[in-house]
Amino acid sequence: MTLAPQNASEPRIVLSAQDVWKSYDDGAIAVLKGVDFAAVEGQTVALCGPSGCGKSTLLHLFGGLDAPDRGRVSVNGAEMTRKSNLVHLLRHEVGFVFQLHNLIPDLTLEENCLIPTVAAGIDRSSAQARLRELTGLTGLSHRLGHRIQKLSGGERQRTALCRALMNRPKILLADEPTGSLDEHTSGAVFDLLLNLAATEGITLVMATHDRGLAGRCDRLLEMHDGRIQEPVSL
Amino acid sequence: MIFLKLILTNLLRHRIRSLISIAGIAFSVAAMLTVVTVLQGAIGMFSGILSSDSQVIVFERNVSDLFFSNVPAAAVEEIAAWPTVAHADPVLFGIVSSADHPIITCFGVTAADARIRRAVWVAGDRHTFARNPDDVVLGERAAEFLSAKFDDHVPIGHGVFHVIGILRTANGFEDGGVFMPLAAAQSFFHKEGTSSVITIRLRSKDDAPAFKAMVKAKFANLIGLEDAEFTRSYSQFKILKATAWAVGGCGLLLGGLGVANTMIMSVFTRIREIAILRVNGFSNLQVAAMIFGESAVVSIVGALLGLGTGTCLLFALKLVPALHGYVDVTLRPSVMLIVILLALVTGITGALYPAAYAMRVRAVEALRFE
Repeated sequence: MTLAPQNASEPRIVLSAQDVWKSYDDGAIAVLKGVDFAAVEGQTVALCGPSGCGKSTLLHLFGGLDAPDRGRVSVNGAEMTRKSNLVHLLRHEVGFVFQLHNLIPDLTLEENCLIPTVAAGIDRSSAQARLRELTGLTGLSHRLGHRIQKLSGGERQRTALCRALMNRPKILLADEPTGSLDEHTSGAVFDLLLNLAATEGITLVMATHDRGLAGRCDRLLEMHDGRIQEPVSL
Repeated sequence: MIFLKLILTNLLRHRIRSLISIAGIAFSVAAMLTVVTVLQGAIGMFSGILSSDSQVIVFERNVSDLFFSNVPAAAVEEIAAWPTVAHADPVLFGIVSSADHPIITCFGVTAADARIRRAVWVAGDRHTFARNPDDVVLGERAAEFLSAKFDDHVPIGHGVFHVIGILRTANGFEDGGVFMPLAAAQSFFHKEGTSSVITIRLRSKDDAPAFKAMVKAKFANLIGLEDAEFTRSYSQFKILKATAWAVGGCGLLLGGLGVANTMIMSVFTRIREIAILRVNGFSNLQVAAMIFGESAVVSIVGALLGLGTGTCLLFALKLVPALHGYVDVTLRPSVMLIVILLALVTGITGALYPAAYAMRVRAVEALRFE
């Protein structure tokens, strides 16, 4: 896929990959084999495919958690290199939601959500205001002071979603965000994810096995054997 | 606040491990405080003997120990006659022994000596001092451990001496010592015509530099030092101080290794948590600050507990009858500050490797494999 030059009337490309390769164990395990990808502002994109096809690896490259062996990854028009300011990227540009909520169990819901604001040095009152807003939208306002162990699976994942959105990132990367939830909860969390992405104008890229949920995104891309196949028509 | 909670949370999560680490620092600090304070107290008492009612000490140049110093009587006479000198007291130091006490400090002094003049005479009359060559005056503690009373005859070394007085002094060494007339002491120690030092009281403190220069000019083999100068430069004191800090330092080093071990375990057991923080925007410095913060809390709490324990230990030592007078429990703020700073530095140093390790944690690997 070639990225055509953008003009003012076209939606802006905020996330792209060009001929991206990634392997592990000194090349013994090739995971990505020339991936091309682009997502525009506010778009929701689902990446489907079997386990080990490279969905999570691609998300990690988009979030700067890992670097490609070859090819280019660009976030908001800036190509990511080893010298890129990854800390700035993770603080302000990209938010992550994982299959396992990855919350810190000894802290409360409120404290977990405030971690990104502490990292970014955001003042307390602004952080609190944002926390109230997000927990209001996710229905967690009454659980602020509760420790993570006291929350249900759905509440934990909603907390992880709040945390990911605290610093108003432009891109949300979700790796199987409903993978550990039952069908009902999974649907509710997914609804919330799409609503928040729409409300906040966020570009959502989500890896999932659930084709039913994936079908509700703007685009569904099939990954197979380290490559993105032709878009599946919805 | 959340940053502080992240630090404290991990310490509270592994309470036993944290307590062991804090105890390591606390015992190290207590050991250092006790050793340094006791030795500095001993140095203070010894220099107190020399500086009793004097400002300058004159002794033989280049001797490793004052017990080996020989100052001729002629020098005493000449110096005492200098116009800047109010009085010059020759003192001969010696070590004597009795049946149960192999080491008793002996002071050969004149009747005019400040130690005789200014001490509290518990028994006897100071005007009777030095009338007979076999007369001795005992420090109160010496009288106690020699089981000697006023007017008794006590065997000391190869002689038997008549106790004509018992003194009470604030100085542990003097209180546990034997005071002999200078001439008798010279004869006893086979040092006729010499003393170990001359303690000098000047008419004006401002004359000290000129006095020292005169000593240097007139007596090539003698040196005059002001009290503070002597305490700073006397090699025995330097060795004692260095030993105290070295012994304390070794204790602290062990405490530091304990902190290092705790911090390494702390990092290894929460690699995933560190990865989560990184994904949420924590920089290398913030991760390192969290690890250093944790070790700083351990060190500071350990240091404070150690100061408390050390202080109690010093007071307990002071209550031991055998050490009465020898242990000075005066806690010097400078020593306390240095001990706290050393504990902090030790803790921070112990966290260097764990912090460096935490900074190298790759979020993607930690989240993928754990």
